[in-house]
Amino acid sequence: MIETSFTPLASLFGGILIGLSALLTALFYGRIMGVSGIVSRLLPPRASGWNQQWTIAFIVGVIVAPLIWQLTTGSGVTAQFVASPIVLMVGAFFVGLGSVMGNGCTSGHGVCGLSRLSLRSFSATVTFMGVAFVTAAVIRFLFQGYI
Amino acid sequence: MSNSTSRRLASPASAHVLSLAIGLSIGLVFGIGLIVSGMSNPAKVRNFLDIFGAWDPSLAFVMGGAIAVGVPGFWFIQRRLKPVLTESFELPTNCGVVDRKILPGAAAFGFGWALTGICPGPALTLLAGNGLLAVGFVVMMLLGMLVGRVIKA
Repeated sequence: MIETSFTPLASLFGGILIGLSALLTALFYGRIMGVSGIVSRLLPPRASGWNQQWTIAFIVGVIVAPLIWQLTTGSGVTAQFVASPIVLMVGAFFVGLGSVMGNGCTSGHGVCGLSRLSLRSFSATVTFMGVAFVTAAVIRFLFQGYI
Repeated sequence: MSNSTSRRLASPASAHVLSLAIGLSIGLVFGIGLIVSGMSNPAKVRNFLDIFGAWDPSLAFVMGGAIAVGVPGFWFIQRRLKPVLTESFELPTNCGVVDRKILPGAAAFGFGWALTGICPGPALTLLAGNGLLAVGFVVMMLLGMLVGRVIKA
């Protein structure tokens, strides 16, 4: 088990930046900033009426963010993986499939949907959070916290 | 090309560059937000979800912060007639009802998220500097998304 420290202020500030980016997306492009929707629409079958160009720029921005962060602050980005490679790959498939079938993920439903007081997003968020808490508990009690 | 033609073309071209630059900047703000908040660290996400383990409730503050600016922000923005760079808002309008069709997908997403501690945004910030594990995650996530899109089409 990897211990992580409680960081309420940094997390709150980071959350504000995430909320701000969602607002800027709506203000400039009139769209929901949902990463699963933005990424999955680059895949076939082609989505009609979807202007992909700013979304590619957005994705590039997210990918280079850790490099910019490292260059400007000099500190690295902590990333500790918590699953074995096989479980990581299986989980990644479920993340992709589930976020498309569920019409959104943490950013689209959890941030944008809840901010717009969407009952639909609320029900999706309660569902994925609920399943995630239960899954983490199962991993803890059946697999000693690591699979 | 006459002067007047080039002047007419200059405007859409610069608008296009502006749109890309703004998209890139928003992606940067979002990515830095994921890093500062701790969402980009799989162990921190898992510890948030693992309330019977080394519980770290920090990520509740991420959602709290995002929604605290999101609620008033969206309220103001949706009062506008149109977005700054596009012709019309394309925001979901089916928000008032629980949509049972999406709940199995949400459950599958929650399962994968808890297994790995990674959701789609952090999958992208992890790409730089985390080797094959991060690349493999994104490839498998894209495969899952592709299957989902084919099923839905």
